[in-house]
Amino acid sequence: MAVREFDRRKFLLAGAAAGTTAAAVVFHDGELGAPPETITGGMPWAEGAADSPPGADTGTGYVYLTAAEAAFVEAAVDRLIPADPVGPGAVEAGVPTFIDRQLAGTYGRGDHYFLGGPWPAGVQEQGYQSRFSPAQLYRAAVPAVDRYVAGKFKSATFAALSAADRDTVLKGMESGDVHLDGGVNAKSFFAMLLQNTKEGYFSDPMYGGNRDMAAWKMIGFPGARYNYKEWVTRHGERFPNPPVGFKGRPAWKA
Amino acid sequence: MTTLKSVDVVLVGFGWTGAIMGQQFVDQGLSVLALERGPWRDTSTDFATTFAQDELRYMWRHHLFQNVADDTLTIRNNTRQQALPMRRLGSFLLGTGVGSGGVHWNGQIWRFLPTDFQTKSHNQARYGKQAVTDYDLTVQDWGITYDELEPHYDTFDRLCGTSGKAGNLRGKIQPGGNPFEGARSNEYPTPPMVQTYGPTLFGEAAASLGHKPFPHPTGNLSQPYTNPLGAQLGECTYCGFCEKFGCGNYSKASPQTTVLPYLMSKPNFMLKTECEVLRVELAPDKKIATGVTYVNSAGEEFFQPAKIVILSAYILQNVRLLLLSGIGKPYDPATGEGVVGRNYAYQTMSSVNVFFDDKIINPFIGAGAMATVIDEYNGDNFDHGGLGFIGGAYIAGMVTGGRPIEMIYTPKGTPAWGLEWKHAAAKNYLKSFSISVHGSNMSNRGNYLDLDPTYRDVHGRPMLRMTFDFTDNDFKMSNYLTDRASEVARAMGPREIKENRRKGSWNVTPYQTTHNTGGAIMGDDPNTSVVNKYLQTWDVHNVFSMGAGAFPQNAGYNPTATLAALAFHSASAIISQYLKAPGPMVQA
Ligand SMILES: Cc1cc2nc3c(=O)[nH]c(=O)nc-3n(C[C@H](O)[C@H](O)[C@H](O)COP(=O)(O)OP(=O)(O)OC[C@H]3O[C@@H](n4cnc5c(N)ncnc54)[C@H](O)[C@@H]3O)c2cc1C
Ligand code: SF4
Repeated sequence: MAVREFDRRKFLLAGAAAGTTAAAVVFHDGELGAPPETITGGMPWAEGAADSPPGADTGTGYVYLTAAEAAFVEAAVDRLIPADPVGPGAVEAGVPTFIDRQLAGTYGRGDHYFLGGPWPAGVQEQGYQSRFSPAQLYRAAVPAVDRYVAGKFKSATFAALSAADRDTVLKGMESGDVHLDGGVNAKSFFAMLLQNTKEGYFSDPMYGGNRDMAAWKMIGFPGARYNYKEWVTRHGERFPNPPVGFKGRPAWKA
Repeated sequence: MTTLKSVDVVLVGFGWTGAIMGQQFVDQGLSVLALERGPWRDTSTDFATTFAQDELRYMWRHHLFQNVADDTLTIRNNTRQQALPMRRLGSFLLGTGVGSGGVHWNGQIWRFLPTDFQTKSHNQARYGKQAVTDYDLTVQDWGITYDELEPHYDTFDRLCGTSGKAGNLRGKIQPGGNPFEGARSNEYPTPPMVQTYGPTLFGEAAASLGHKPFPHPTGNLSQPYTNPLGAQLGECTYCGFCEKFGCGNYSKASPQTTVLPYLMSKPNFMLKTECEVLRVELAPDKKIATGVTYVNSAGEEFFQPAKIVILSAYILQNVRLLLLSGIGKPYDPATGEGVVGRNYAYQTMSSVNVFFDDKIINPFIGAGAMATVIDEYNGDNFDHGGLGFIGGAYIAGMVTGGRPIEMIYTPKGTPAWGLEWKHAAAKNYLKSFSISVHGSNMSNRGNYLDLDPTYRDVHGRPMLRMTFDFTDNDFKMSNYLTDRASEVARAMGPREIKENRRKGSWNVTPYQTTHNTGGAIMGDDPNTSVVNKYLQTWDVHNVFSMGAGAFPQNAGYNPTATLAALAFHSASAIISQYLKAPGPMVQA
């Protein structure tokens, strides 16, 4: 019989002591901060202990993004993955909702980023170097992009630009040719925005993006399946089954 | 600070090496305590097949990995730069929690070549003295031979149930296996995985060029298996969510599926989670350790006395603990003196993407080690005369999975976004495939680990500082091998191929491999190594440092079977010699 003892004495979130927000125990994802445990005499299996994913609210409306930020995100992701008959655009796929929920949650708070100082810019090989968490970076970057746009394109916001002009600004951010004020590194912000867009486009619909699994259908990815044994030797055949997600498939609701 | 009751052995960290050492000592009746900084984890509750296939959560939100908000390292390419924190995991994905990297590894199980253990003497004998001193290389012999390690490689294979086909059984070359491998005492415990379409096409093309392709040896099991500890593994379902994910199917060899059910039931074993070791405590003469100091997540500090201290905290943490505890002389790149932190090395990766018009590869049908491989150009399996480098790589036609955020390949010249990118993704996802070139990395005078002067972790301790870049030896090796991979790629008859060559300085952002090596290297001379062939530190005889930190340079293979074999070798020496007569097991 496993003896498992929770050592809750003087229990503190270790991260809080250092001035960062640590996740609550429910997200027991390996960070210092869950209660210390002593385990001996067997495997400490406990009923109902499964570490299932937190998911996200997939309803409409924004939780974190302000109206101006939402306008920017919608206008930007619409250029990163535009809609056409081949497959959904990022906006139709719900990517802005995905990004909003991510920024409102632990990711946005930078729970898995080291944000301590000092913060010299470094070289490109050293990767992300900023004191901004992802949510803070979006908050600082959107007005910085709009200020850049106002200077360059005469009093327009990014969201009000034509598709071609939005592409020009995005390309400039991607290459590092566009410089932003407010302590925002345009290149790292662009990299984060593009990464988040692809995450929202292709992750499980449970997180608010990839609506109707349309992005999975477009490429032919069958989703959260776990057994392909019968298919291993069916070389070159197209897998016929439609995708599934953690909450099943849209058709199941009918 | 509270002083606790003494134990015979304390394990610092509870991944592969911790679990292996724990099992070996518990069987001797010793009292063993494992201190693990992360949480408990097991298959049924933490990686259930109902939610394990979550690319966002596990790969991109780092659910199973070390949280760098608490502790990271600082990085730079050379000593002229200021090292800055790795603020987000990228190039490598450090593990944490019970099982650690053994949970989210691919299960690619390799032995190093017999000549890999004599990198210096072998290459000098064959190519002349300068072959290893060019480019400031600091490669060394290991102080151990393949033959000494072979029985322990075999033990690890039987523990994991490794699926594969022997190529060299007791000196006899076997059809279907790797003809270049060192002699094996036994066939693999289970037959190879069935090859999916991409690896099959790769194998046919490689054979048409005269190579000898064979199935990659895997810890993804081809059939059910019960190991010598009585632990049962299931058959892999080729789910494609393996590397960076836990296996919900009990099909991937991990501490959870191979050791823990046995070890955890032993009354003389105890595990404490959420407990981070801060340093090893030494007696005043600094010749022996008295135990370790750790802090739990409630912020309480404890002194845990122990007769033997096993550092099984992954190479980066092991090196840092040695430095923080004052064990061994730190390496100084300016003078070349000192040993701790010396010869840090990595892996030199490149790849070639293959795009078909007519062939549906179905990349989502895959497994962590699903590949057909050729080994003609690894280590010293080919003549390096006139090539200007040492080392090599295996070339693998590999399909580990088709996770769409990470693994959509688009042809050369495709932009990273926009309509053109979307069309390329839609067109190529099912019909493309990646050949990986898994290359060695030779240690160099300028690549090393030490303590950072500026940045500190959540406990106020200096972070580890990594100074690393690839050298001309690595670039030449990688280019030569990428050319060979391209030849196979073209022989597959695709519409087009795309070469992803190794270019520029090491960059912390894209994932490369979690095959960090060195810094606490082994050898037969205390002036050039930290541990002897039994992984015993030269300076403090009851402190042993496990893991790939012992590798004097990195070979063109994945490290885990070798570091596991070294752990078994160390345990058997501790049991047969050290327990009877504690003291240095090799006279310096
Ligand atoms: C995505 C991925 C894929 C991989 N694929 C392969 C593969 O296919 N083949 C292969 O050979 N290798 C592979 N590896 C590498 C493999 O995971 C490692 O070689 C192996 O896990 C190392 O074992 P270890 O015991 O040295 O360290 P780990 O398994 O990392 O265990 C170290 C443990 O120590 C704990 N720890 C650290 N510091 C402290 C401290 N101060 N106090 C207490 N606890 C501490 C950590 O939390 C961790 O649990 C892969 C790694 C990754 C990340
Ligand atoms: S590919 Fe096989 S071993 Fe890997 S996670 Fe899936 S079922 Fe497990």
